Amino acid sequence: MTPSLHLWLVPVLPLVGAAINGLFGRHFTRRIVSAVALAFPGAAFALALWVAFQFPSLIAGPYRETLAPWIRAGSFRADFAFYLDQLSLVMLLVVTGVGFLIHVYSVGYMAEEGGCYRFFSYLNLFMFFMLTLVLASNYLLMFIGWEGVGLASYLLIGFWFTKDSAASAGKKAFIVNRIGDFGFLIALFLLIKHFGSLNFDHLFSSIMPMSPEMQGTGLLTSIALLLMVGACGKSAQIPLYVWLPDAMEGPTPVSALIHAATMVTAGVYMVARSHVIFDRAPAALTVVAIIGTLTALFAASIGITQTDIKKVLAYSTISQLGYMFMACGVAGYSAGIFHLMTHAFFKGLLFLAAGSVIHAIGGEQDMRKMGGLRTKIPWTFWTMTAATLAISGIPPFAGFFSKDEILWQAYSSPQGSWVYWLIGVITAFITSFYMFRLWFLTFFGDYRGEEHESHSPAPHGHGIHESPKVMLIPLVILAVLSICGGWIGSKQFEHFLEPALSPNAGITYYSPAALIPSQSSARHLEPGNTELFLSGISVLAAAFGFYLAWLLYHRRPELPQRIALALNGLYEAVLNKYYIDELYAILFVKPVLDGSTKLLWHGIDQNVIDASVDNSAEGAREVSDAVRHMQSGNLRSYAGWVAAGAAAVIVYMVWIGIR
Amino acid sequence: MVPLSYYLVLSGILFACGVTGFLIKRNIISIFLSIELMLNGVNLSFVAFAAQWKALSGQVFVFFVMVVAAAEAAVGLAIIIAVYRTRETLNVDQVNLLKL
Repeated sequence: MTPSLHLWLVPVLPLVGAAINGLFGRHFTRRIVSAVALAFPGAAFALALWVAFQFPSLIAGPYRETLAPWIRAGSFRADFAFYLDQLSLVMLLVVTGVGFLIHVYSVGYMAEEGGCYRFFSYLNLFMFFMLTLVLASNYLLMFIGWEGVGLASYLLIGFWFTKDSAASAGKKAFIVNRIGDFGFLIALFLLIKHFGSLNFDHLFSSIMPMSPEMQGTGLLTSIALLLMVGACGKSAQIPLYVWLPDAMEGPTPVSALIHAATMVTAGVYMVARSHVIFDRAPAALTVVAIIGTLTALFAASIGITQTDIKKVLAYSTISQLGYMFMACGVAGYSAGIFHLMTHAFFKGLLFLAAGSVIHAIGGEQDMRKMGGLRTKIPWTFWTMTAATLAISGIPPFAGFFSKDEILWQAYSSPQGSWVYWLIGVITAFITSFYMFRLWFLTFFGDYRGEEHESHSPAPHGHGIHESPKVMLIPLVILAVLSICGGWIGSKQFEHFLEPALSPNAGITYYSPAALIPSQSSARHLEPGNTELFLSGISVLAAAFGFYLAWLLYHRRPELPQRIALALNGLYEAVLNKYYIDELYAILFVKPVLDGSTKLLWHGIDQNVIDASVDNSAEGAREVSDAVRHMQSGNLRSYAGWVAAGAAAVIVYMVWIGIR
Repeated sequence: MVPLSYYLVLSGILFACGVTGFLIKRNIISIFLSIELMLNGVNLSFVAFAAQWKALSGQVFVFFVMVVAAAEAAVGLAIIIAVYRTRETLNVDQVNLLKL
């Protein structure tokens, strides 16, 4: 008998905070709103820490807690039940920890914004749904969280809803996510149909004995692929990544919390959670790996040309998520989750630091108008430096360890291939290049913004200024985590996660690649010299990216212009994000809009539904128009009608009689 | 013995007079009288048939009709007085509040 951990309190606490601020926040002062907004996620974080300390005593197996029955129909059961194993513990700590830090930061960032209570209410609501997602013990409850974070994301992207671009970015995010959710739902239906349950325990124990699916009905493969469709939507992978860059319309803490650290990683978590299914569907795993690899490279290449500081980070997020899927796709789930964790630290930090930069220069997001900020905002500069080094994969920062582990897995895993590794290294180089480009453009050289902002009263009243302490403290904590977060070591991390992710042990892979003898030699590599050699190459790639960025954006800032001119067509294409948005607009948006407008709106709604109602009303009106003249109020005309009626009856009777 | 058809023709003439008066008269009292005329036309045919067929039910029915007519006269005249008090006219063409 294990002691109760009161796990249900962890998600419910932020929900209470959201309810208080959402219902009564309008009447509170800003101070009380902030206190409520911090207290509940803070309490959730404290509880999560307590749970983490209790956890080793439960090591025997996952901890389960049923709060209340929910749906019980026949043999199908889905309860409000929570499930804690090593995987959800990591997610729990990341979500509550990073989430709480970002809440603290938001208090400073949103200090001069209106509608603060609305913002914090949504933010707490997001925490509730995200924690439900990671703690759920069945797919249905997970789906509730999954949809809920989408809702919170929609609300927060469109927080400045009077801005047209923000409102439509919110809609875009929501609609694109719906496409993914559709795949997720179909996968759930398939699971119910064939296994009669959505409960993790029940589901995985019935799938576990099955062997990897090489041919046959392809049931597990289709379930896995449909789950991947859902993950693609939520985690912004090709082809559903288009919503994430637009989502940068939201306030920066939102970008940090939802669109970098937590929500977008839900797809990775879901794939890792469903690893039992994916392990038995090698074809689906290959698809995951290919999607992840392509996304990593593709998004990174767009990141090079973006000039909006948040857009660069958005594409960087997509690219890093691609890495995580690459890891999952070669069955290196723990590497993916490890990167998820370090990414939450350094990408959350990057966004918060970018927010601090934007805050400092009065709302400007264009990097071409920044520069030379190093000495003016030193705290932001140093924390951002830590994050930049971490994401570029420079040892000993956190990103190095996780990225290196992913690349090693991509190379050495039975599912892996040197192609993944090569693209991964190229992406690492591009990542390092665009991150240092951002770094040099923002902090070095001369200030290129409008000069008067530093003298005359700017929107904030006092020129370029360092952010308040309440914003800097989370930055510093995250910077420390970005530096030290990787020192756990990927091997220890993998060992820690093993109970949650181990059931794939004992299954041999027969990937198509494995049948080619020349590649099977890579399969039995000892993690020794080769690993060291490969890490050396990826560090070199990162260093080269740094050098190139230094050369182009610090040493000779006129060069990028000339290169852009020389590569005119390619540069244009990349600058315009390969015209993917335009392509989608032609392929999907326009047909749907036209079809809806012409067929559904004008055709069916106006001509059939409205017309039938309108015409029957019109008909009734015309008939009554004709008849109402009988009701003249004139007694003698009534008498006349009565007489005429009587006469008609008599004529009829007579006619009947003489016939 | 006067044949039945005579009574019936007289009854029909009375009824027709009533209907005509009902339709063409504007004074509400005249209309009222026309209604009484129609009732009496019907009464006449009732008693004629009753005498012809030696059946009492026709005679009894006439009493019913008379009672109803008396009650109707009482109520109707009361209404007429009330109408006259408010509208100061007995012309039905001017009492047309029932129209749409």
